[in-house]
Parts: sequence; C-alpha cells; structure tokens
Amino acid sequence: MLEIKNLHASVEGTEILKGIDLKVNAGEVHAIMGPNGSGKSTLAHVLAGREEYKVTKGSVIYEGKDLLAMSPEDRAREGVFLAFQYPVEIPGVNSAYFLRTALNAVRQYNGLDDISAFEFLKLAREKMKLVDMDESFLKRSVNEGFSGGEKKRNEILQMAFLEPKLAILDETDSGLDIDALKIVAHGVNQLRNENNAVIAVTHYQRLLNYIVPDYVHVLYKGRIVKSGGKELALELEEQGYDSIKNDADKKVNVPGLTGVK
Amino acid sequence: MSVNIKEKVWYLANFEAFEKKLNGGAQTPLHRLRKAALQRVKKNGFPSIREEEWRFTNVSSIESMNFKPVDEKEQEEIGRNTLQEYLFEDLTPNRLVFVNGRFSSQLSSLSGLAQNIKFENLALELKNNPDVLLPYLAKQADYKKHAFTALNTAFLSEGAFIYIPNNIIVDEPLYILYISRDGGESFVTHPRNLYVVGSNAQVKIIESYVGFGEEKYFTNPVSEIILNENAIVDHYKIQQENKSAYHIGVTQVHLKKDSNYRSNSFSFGSVLARNDINTVLDGEGAECTLNGLYMANGKQHVDNHTLIDHAKPRCNSHELYKGILDDRARAVFSGKIYVRPDAQKTDAIQSNQNLLLSEDAIVDTKPQLEIFADDVRCTHGGTVGQLDDEGVFYLRSRGISKHYARNIMIQAFAGQVTHKIKLEGLREKVEGLVFSRLRDGHLSDK
Ligand SMILES: Nc1ncnc2c1ncn2[C@@H]1O[C@H](COP(=O)(O)OP(=O)(O)O)[C@@H](O)[C@H]1O
Ligand SMILES: [Mg+2]
Repeated sequence: MLEIKNLHASVEGTEILKGIDLKVNAGEVHAIMGPNGSGKSTLAHVLAGREEYKVTKGSVIYEGKDLLAMSPEDRAREGVFLAFQYPVEIPGVNSAYFLRTALNAVRQYNGLDDISAFEFLKLAREKMKLVDMDESFLKRSVNEGFSGGEKKRNEILQMAFLEPKLAILDETDSGLDIDALKIVAHGVNQLRNENNAVIAVTHYQRLLNYIVPDYVHVLYKGRIVKSGGKELALELEEQGYDSIKNDADKKVNVPGLTGVK
Repeated sequence: MSVNIKEKVWYLANFEAFEKKLNGGAQTPLHRLRKAALQRVKKNGFPSIREEEWRFTNVSSIESMNFKPVDEKEQEEIGRNTLQEYLFEDLTPNRLVFVNGRFSSQLSSLSGLAQNIKFENLALELKNNPDVLLPYLAKQADYKKHAFTALNTAFLSEGAFIYIPNNIIVDEPLYILYISRDGGESFVTHPRNLYVVGSNAQVKIIESYVGFGEEKYFTNPVSEIILNENAIVDHYKIQQENKSAYHIGVTQVHLKKDSNYRSNSFSFGSVLARNDINTVLDGEGAECTLNGLYMANGKQHVDNHTLIDHAKPRCNSHELYKGILDDRARAVFSGKIYVRPDAQKTDAIQSNQNLLLSEDAIVDTKPQLEIFADDVRCTHGGTVGQLDDEGVFYLRSRGISKHYARNIMIQAFAGQVTHKIKLEGLREKVEGLVFSRLRDGHLSDK
C-alpha cells in the first residue's frame, strides 16, 4: 500500500527527515515511536502534503502512485488520512458543514453523488456514537473551544466519515485520560479491516495496548533507528529511549548507514 | 492645464437648477438652511488630504468631476423580478423605494403599518406636515462640521422619514431601497433620511443602496437617527453601488437614556466608498453596537469612520469592523472613541480586523481613544493578516480543494459579522452576497 524510500525532508532549510524507509501493507498496523522532536509529526505532515515541508530526496509510492506528486486534497480523496497532533481551530466554520463538504468532495472524486442533508444527519448520528459525541457538536465551529479530548475524538470522527485506506494517527493518544483513550482506540479498531492500514505515531506504549501493532519503529533524529514487533514497544516502555539513543548516536557517524529496515 | 472659468463648480450649477424647481418652497426657513449649507460648501470646498479625517481618502476628484442632476427622462420601468432581487424574502412588505433619488410610489409598498407610525417620503411630509419633522430635521447632522453633510443639506428634499411614537414596537422591518440606474452622465443624488424613535419604542430599519449598470454616479446620503429613552433601533446599511460609483454617506445618531442602537454596515460596492457613523451616547445607560464588514478588490477604496461620543456615565459601546481586501484595493478604518470628563463607568470595546488576499492591498487602521474620565474601561485592537495557512491545509487534508478551502476560510472570517444579523432572511441574503464575491479563493467582480 505504502512504500517510503530514502525520504529526506526539510523545513525552512533545516533537514528534519534524513532518509526514512518504510513499507506498509494493507491490513497492517505500524507504530512509530520516538522521543520528542525526532521528526514523527514531520513525517506525518509530509505524507499528508503540507507544503511547508520540502521533500529533498526519496520517494513515496502509495497504491502504485507517486504520492508526493499529489495535492493534499487528492491524497485525502485517494484515502490518506492524517489525524493531527494539534487539530486546527477554524472559527466560523460549522462542524456539520465542514464534515458534509469534506465527505462530498471525496464522494465527487470517486464519482458518487452528493449525500443529502437527511442521509448526512443519519450517518453523522451513527458515526458520532462511535466516538461518543453529542449531536450538539455539529452546530459548533470546527475545533473552536474544544477540550483536548474533544479535538482528538473529532479527528477520529472525521476519519470515520471519510473511511480512509491509510490512516496516520499523530499522537492521537497524548493528553487523553484512559476513558477517552479507550473511546478513540475503539473508534479506530471499528474502522480497521484487511484493506486498510494504520500508522500510529505515539509517544507511549499505552495506546498500543488498545491498537495492537504488527510492527514498531523507532524514529530518532530523522531516521528509523530500530524496528521490531509489538514487543519492542514494551521494551521501550521499560528501558526508555536512552539505550537506543546511545546506540544510534554512535552509529550515526558510520558511513552508509541510513537507519534500520 | 487651462481651467474653463465660465464653468461653475458643479454643485453651484446644480443648486440653481434645484432652486428653480422648488417654486414657492424657496421662501421657507428650510430653504434658508439649504442656502447656509451651500455657503459652507462654497466657502470650504471639499476636504483635502491634509485634513486628519480625510488623510487617506482623496475626494478632490469628486469635486472636479462635474456631477449633474439626474436626467429626468422617461425611464424604463423596473420590473418586479429585478426588484425582487433586492427584497428580503417576506421581510420587506413595508418599503420605500427611490429611483435615482426620486420616490417611486409604484415600487414602494406599505401594508399593515399602524396608523400612528410614519414611514414615508420626507419631501411629502415636508410639504404636508412640516411641524412633525422640523423639530428634528438637521438638528443632529451638523452641516457646519462636515462637508458632505453640508452638501446633502443644501439639496435636502427626498428620502425616508420614520416616526415611531412612544411605546410602539414595530415587528416588521422598515426597508428603504435606493436604486441608481441610467440617470444620465455622472449624476448625483442626495438622499436624506430622518428616523425618530419614541420612548420605549423598537424598530428595525434596513437601508440599502444599489447601483445597476456601469455608469459613474455619486450618492451622498445623510441619515439622522434619534432614539428617545429606552428605545431600541436595529439599523442595517447595505451598500451595493456599482463599481464606478462614489458613495459618501453620513449616519448621525443621538441616543438618550437607556436607549440601544445597533448598526450593521456592509460596504461592498463603489469605486470609492466612505461611511461615517457618529453616535452620541447622551443619556445614562445608553448602549451602541457598531458592526461592519467591507469587501473590496480591483481598485476599490473603502473608508469607514466611526465616532462614539460617550457623553454621559455608564454607557457601553461595542464595535467590530472586519475587512477583506484583494488586488490593489485600499481600506481605511478610523474608530474614534471619545469619553467626556463625567462619562464615568464607560465600557467601550473596539476591534478592527483585516484580511488581505493580495500583497498589493493596503489597510490603514487607526483607533483613536480620547479619554477624559478616569473610571472607564476602553479596549481596542487592530489586526491585518493573511488567510490562516494551517486552517487551509486542515480543510485540504480532508479532501476539500484549495480554492474551496480558501473560500470557506474567507466566508468564516466574514461570518463573524454576518452572523450578527438577527433577521434571518437578511442574514441569508448578505451571506449570499459575500459568497457571490468569492472566486477561487479570491474576491471577484461578480
Ligand atoms: N514548522 C517548523 N519550523 C521549524 N522547525 C520545525 C517545524 N516543524 C518541526 N520543526 C522541527 O523539526 C523537528 C522535528 O519536529 P516534529 O516532527 O514535530 O517532531 P516530533 O513529532 O517527533 O516530536 C523539531 O526539531 C522541530 O523543532
Ligand atoms: Mg509530533
């Protein structure tokens, strides 16, 4: 589904991603972990098409297509979804209007008719139940004045509407209490199937108790420095990042080594 | 360049023609007022950019442009369908319509207003019932202080007169529509409105200026509004002159104790538009809210000047003006808040926010607080910014196209003003006007 090769990206002239390789198949869940500032959000934004992040080298093939050549909106329409670490507040844009416009944009791209107001409301009720959201939410401006937990649930709600093939969750668990975390994880798990994939960026292994990964990768200083199965997350939980950091910092100087596959 | 000395300044020539048509009316005290106002214009001319209040808005071209009185040739009738476009659903059964400054009884409609409410052409009332309005007319808008008030006063004749007696609550809005079209080369009109609202009375007034076609003309309206104790007025002004037109309007508001004036001013049209709103909070507990939205592109110039005079203690004022500018458009906002020495416990909030969609657009925003009392709360803020990239990206990341995402963001920016329109049909109409100006994330000429 997704193949990232030797991806380099920079922001304002500073290189942040320094050669990422990652392959994700349909049906898989990949966790990306790593200390703060290692480039996890940068990777997520590059995949979603944020223009401020310049790709300087490498390629990303998604469903056989050159993802980097697509506009952000076309990526979304092709089934790539980013749940933002910091969802954006948009005062004055009504949530119901936003959701319906987004859904119809994706439907139009796929040759489907616009959803009617009635059908939309029906769908909205169903999806909101999934993330335990109140109907009054539809009347509010997008993310404006939302609590941290509400914002994260709103991301999952949007995901539930758009039914992406590739969902990238950027620290959707941070700042959530255990109940909210369970709601979010439940929402994600309901949407999983053998045709789609999840990249879960997280800081904590806690989320991975609920969204169980097939692979865990550690991102550090713009490179994937270690990959493994779900047990790697537990290992990190116990030992912290220090030993990985130390190892990586030593290896960085070795010519030709651009991260572990 | 040689100047044709035989040619009089246009307003003097126009005044002679105007006087001739007045016949017997030229002997009245009102006419003495007109002449005094004309003298003021003659003596001082139009304001120059050396005057503080006109620093960013150059009106010298209006003075030299040779505006003429309306050419009163037979006009093609304005059809129902055309008119319908400028009415607001069921909101406008009570309306006064003026075409090129002249009252049109055919297009106007008055249905079901209580007998004691007056809503009619000012000129008619001046002729039939001068005693009712003369005590109020030209008492607020002072021609000595403002060149364009003086110009309007010199030609004072037609316009809307509203009189709401004490304790009357008018449910239906009163709608006043000024249409400019096909009035000859460079014509000028001077609409004059007077709204007198009694104690404990309430009324909603919509004032709309519309221009058809592309010819150049000049609209020079003055509205005077008097709120007696505990009166409430919702005043909407919608300026949609054509793109070659000049619109320089003055609204002068006088508030007595516990009265409440709420203004919503929308400035969309004209090549040069200037809207002055001056309010005097002249009784304890009076409150005024001034909201405005302006949109300008191409070479449009839009200037909003507001003055809130806190003359008595315990008055509140709230002000929010927002502007959206594209291409080489230029906007001016000047918001003066004046707090007099005994206006203690004044509470005044002002904000002016501007969204620039091009690098060539210019905004001059100037809050002016002049505070002579000590126990007051006055805050103001001005911002000039671009569209929020993060917001646009967020919308795009959900499949919404770049252009549409920008349109949504622009609409949302305007929405903070349009949402304040309490009349639903009007709100939808104005939001439609905003939306129809948006093209691919920018402003267009429609
Ligand atoms: N827009 C930006 N401008 C400048 N520096 C940035 C920007 N975004 C991220 N960075 C820098 O890139 C590095 C990686 O950040 P980020 O991808 O957010 O890390 P993570 O999500 O792993 O915490 C950090 O050093 C951060 O300061
Ligand atoms: Mg991050």
